[in-house]
Amino acid sequence: MNLLKLDNVGRRFGALQALKGISLSVEKGELRAIIGPNGAGKTTLFNLISGFFPPTDGSITFDGQPIVSVSPNALVKRGIIRTFQITQVFLSLSVYENLRVAVETAMGLQLSPWISRAKRAEVEAKVEELAQITRIAPKMNRIVGEMSHGDQRVVEVGIALSRHPKLLLLDEPTAGMGDEETNHMTDLIRWLNKEQGITILFVEHDMAIVFGIADKITVLDNGTMLAEGTAAEISENPRVQSAYLGNALEENAA
Amino acid sequence: MSSSIETKPQAARHASTNGRVAASVIIWVALLFVPFWLPMVGGYTDLASRALIYAIAASGLNLVLGYTGGLSFGHAAYFGLGAYGAGLCLIYIAPSLPLAILAGTVLGGIAGILVGPMAMKRKGIYFAMITIAFGQMFYFIAVRWNGLTGGEDGLTGFSRVPLHIGAQTIPLGADRFYYVVLALFAVVMAVIWQILRSPLGHSFVAVRENTTRLRFLGVAVDKQIWVAFAISTFITALAGALNAMLTGFASPDDLGWQLSGSFVVICVLGGMRSFWGPFLGAIIYIVAQDYLSSITQNWMSFIGLIFVLAVLFFPQGLLGFIKARTRS
Repeated sequence: MNLLKLDNVGRRFGALQALKGISLSVEKGELRAIIGPNGAGKTTLFNLISGFFPPTDGSITFDGQPIVSVSPNALVKRGIIRTFQITQVFLSLSVYENLRVAVETAMGLQLSPWISRAKRAEVEAKVEELAQITRIAPKMNRIVGEMSHGDQRVVEVGIALSRHPKLLLLDEPTAGMGDEETNHMTDLIRWLNKEQGITILFVEHDMAIVFGIADKITVLDNGTMLAEGTAAEISENPRVQSAYLGNALEENAA
Repeated sequence: MSSSIETKPQAARHASTNGRVAASVIIWVALLFVPFWLPMVGGYTDLASRALIYAIAASGLNLVLGYTGGLSFGHAAYFGLGAYGAGLCLIYIAPSLPLAILAGTVLGGIAGILVGPMAMKRKGIYFAMITIAFGQMFYFIAVRWNGLTGGEDGLTGFSRVPLHIGAQTIPLGADRFYYVVLALFAVVMAVIWQILRSPLGHSFVAVRENTTRLRFLGVAVDKQIWVAFAISTFITALAGALNAMLTGFASPDDLGWQLSGSFVVICVLGGMRSFWGPFLGAIIYIVAQDYLSSITQNWMSFIGLIFVLAVLFFPQGLLGFIKARTRS
């Protein structure tokens, strides 16, 4: 059963056709990678799904409901959560404070000028759980703005998880990370997908990660869908090879 | 290995908590005995009342400015409405001090509730411009509506009435009025303290830090800013009402953008990220104003100089600077 379905979706910015004729469906529990060269429209696609702006053509349905022109707020409540290419966290706060405000707003407490002892304990427990899941717990008191890029990314994922997403959109989750951080993030993505059953869509440039963990891969090029399939199908697809992977492989070799 | 790294900030945090508790105890004790020690160092009680009133106004503003990150440059509007509201209540409704203070607070606060949604349509410098524009609108209404407000001469014809508690009548001299102001200052600080440690206050800080993240967590950011703005205008209006009771006068200048600017200066001077920052800023500002204006007519330029130096050398405000020094 599909969770997310895009039917002939397009987005135009003035004269620029950023995306055109995108039809794809993502199954419940799927781990889907979106790849493509810079400017292929990957982030635009994320922006359309997460309600950052509406498509100019086509329709998007989530969980059987149309979601075109539904506000980001409402989409969050339906279970679509995203992270950003440029990490969006609360920089001058500690890891603990980042997760706490995420949990409190997830519980709908953002207008409460006081909090009961029981609720506070509940918040603390959830913050602790998020910190354990993401393995950021040892750095709980660090100011996020003073941490490495990789750690900030992990905090952002922790914040996103406070919403118990059905669909998690990760925009370049390992960009700019060292090997160890990349492994940690990859393990986390896989764990969230396999153990927590969260459907995940991620944009990624590191082909080793994409081919290593994705159930299915969608290839975008120049605003259109070039191919879709399993890792084996994609790596053997001649169009993908000539348009994208070939170049990437050559670059790697050089 | 990681545990030894982590215990260090923990210990530092404890030490700074102790220091903070000690500092607040010293502040409250000093405030409690102002009428006894201030004259000994050449001050007078009304000066302390004025400093506390400005501290209330700036602390209210700082809820928006420092904690929620909204550049409200027109907060004097609510201070002035508080002053006019209290004065008009004494003249036209009833000669009751608590009622007058309540009337002024509610008038300014309701104006804040109404202005909030319009100001929030814009962010950053545009938010600042709209808040100034609304402040100037109230200013011109006060100047033009002669019959009610006394126009440019300001509202006169009322004075600080005695406090009636049961059958008792308590005349409010300078010292007793100071304690009224101090009591309300304590209430305001307690309210702000409680807000800052609640989910509401946490969300205010999150708005300051990153509205995009918050919006994509499904939080209605505009509503949070509105609530912060409204609470803040109630507090600043309370200060205005108290100021009218202190001076027996409400002036159009109480609504003007110069005073709004002074409140911002006070917050920045003391430290916008600090609970006691606006209080410290208010003391520096009022004392400097009182002392400098007694020796030169150009006292504003000296305040300006102090402000420039403070921003250059203590960008986190004086309290932020002190905190950074004690931490290292």
